[in-house]
Amino acid sequence: MANVKRSPWLLHYDASSCNGCDIEVLASLTPVYDAERFGVVNTADPMQADILLVTGGVNAQSAEVVKQLYDQMARPKVVVAVGVCACTGGVFKDCYNINGGVDTVIPVDVYVPGCAARPESIIDGIVKAVAIFQERSDKHDKYVKEHGESARDTSDPDAAARDGNPADFFNALGKKPQEHTDHKEEK
Amino acid sequence: MDVKAKKRSVVPFGPQHPVLPEPIHLDLVLEDEKVVDVIPSIGFIHRGLEELVNRRDFNQYVYIAERTCGICSFGHGLGYVEAVEKLMNVEVPVRAKYLRTIWGEMGRIHSHLLWAGLMADAFGFENLFYQCWRLREKNLDLVEMTTGGRLIYSVNKVGGVLKDITPDMQKVILNNLSEIEVELKDIYKTFTTDYSVLERTRGVGVLTKEQVHDLGACGPYARASGVERDIRQLGYEAYGDLDFEPVVSTDGDNFARCDVRLREVFQSIDLIRQAIAKMPAETDLSVPVKGNPDGEALVRIEQPRGEAVYYVEGNGTKFLNRFRLRTPTFANIPAMCETMKGCNYADIPLLVVTIDPCISCTER
Repeated sequence: MANVKRSPWLLHYDASSCNGCDIEVLASLTPVYDAERFGVVNTADPMQADILLVTGGVNAQSAEVVKQLYDQMARPKVVVAVGVCACTGGVFKDCYNINGGVDTVIPVDVYVPGCAARPESIIDGIVKAVAIFQERSDKHDKYVKEHGESARDTSDPDAAARDGNPADFFNALGKKPQEHTDHKEEK
Repeated sequence: MDVKAKKRSVVPFGPQHPVLPEPIHLDLVLEDEKVVDVIPSIGFIHRGLEELVNRRDFNQYVYIAERTCGICSFGHGLGYVEAVEKLMNVEVPVRAKYLRTIWGEMGRIHSHLLWAGLMADAFGFENLFYQCWRLREKNLDLVEMTTGGRLIYSVNKVGGVLKDITPDMQKVILNNLSEIEVELKDIYKTFTTDYSVLERTRGVGVLTKEQVHDLGACGPYARASGVERDIRQLGYEAYGDLDFEPVVSTDGDNFARCDVRLREVFQSIDLIRQAIAKMPAETDLSVPVKGNPDGEALVRIEQPRGEAVYYVEGNGTKFLNRFRLRTPTFANIPAMCETMKGCNYADIPLLVVTIDPCISCTER
């Protein structure tokens, strides 16, 4: 945290959580907990956001929205999974419409446990995300400085590994993004 | 007919939107700035937790029922255990009933203050938003002190409750409630007299009493249109022993909804005081439950957002056949769409917030 020079913006999305973590995310931004003292600001526009906070275990319908939000964010970007559902699926792991964790859809950098995650732990996760964001921004700037302005965006070969392109992320793990299985077909 | 002026356009609203903590999608059909039709679509947070009842036994399922929604969590746990208790003919100790009532009202205070904050945020009054949420934290401190959790209480079980509110805690509760009441008066005054608030709320999104009956709206949303319907009046848990009247307003606009919900917070404070004063000194907080549920039962609960209906069907094993939940937000969505017709596009976010949408309950 010591050498943080940037002020990243937060985007929050509820991907089929029970709502408990969502209001805790909001609570952590209000004056009692005040995450804004770490330089983060809540925004609703994915194109201006740097840190994505996702709650909930992701279902078939919200998976598309999460992917879209992630793709719309500019590089570098950091993803925080808030709450135990976002980490693993939590109590809803066995539900027919739950993929089981945000990392089945997009790569996740910070996992915040808890049901519902407490504002203190959410702030801890945000602070960790800010540090990761700082590190990535430095790398990104250095690369652009060396290779010129045209190297920004997708032409950067390291960008995938560094910023977490979903496809490369899953290749590195040696697995495919989890496909949603239709409950009716199983029967 | 002027074709150009009548040209219609469809504007998508959500699922990700600044005023929405939870996703709902609306297709707004606009004629210039006027909304002429609204097509809602839900399902972004459907988890299918009703089906889990076949794979978790009826005691475990209390904790899943509670996680239907993080805001009205206590009510969902309460509705489920009441339904199972009805099925198994369990009589809960009187003290447990009072404790449930107190926690239920604490949940209502937290939910309504949260809503008031979101409402203030929706019409751009940032300061009021923060004040409401700051006040809500005082209530959450009480919840944390008595149950150990901030949002998910986990104190209900089939046959009673798991935790007690000791005399020391009661003193702290009464003390904190007095502080909340004093500050809430200021917030109430701002909501009902401030010029900029009234500009956004007076006469916007009017829902008549007839429309409430036709469209089946419930809870504070219906009470703001003059319908005196409060399920707490049925006297479940300890509500039968407490003295209260449904909070009603007759205007049916955004202003009336603010008014009703904030007055309900005062009412909840009063109910907690009454419950603490009347609570019997018993040592047993729960009764042992033997056997497995068989048959079917239906229970109605007044959630912060309105009437919720719980249906359970047992088959004599420890797994229930069916758990069904009708939530207040689902009942309020048709009425919400009706109020939007004829409104300006700029009022849409406000009208969505004004039903106090709890999409997690709705979609489960």
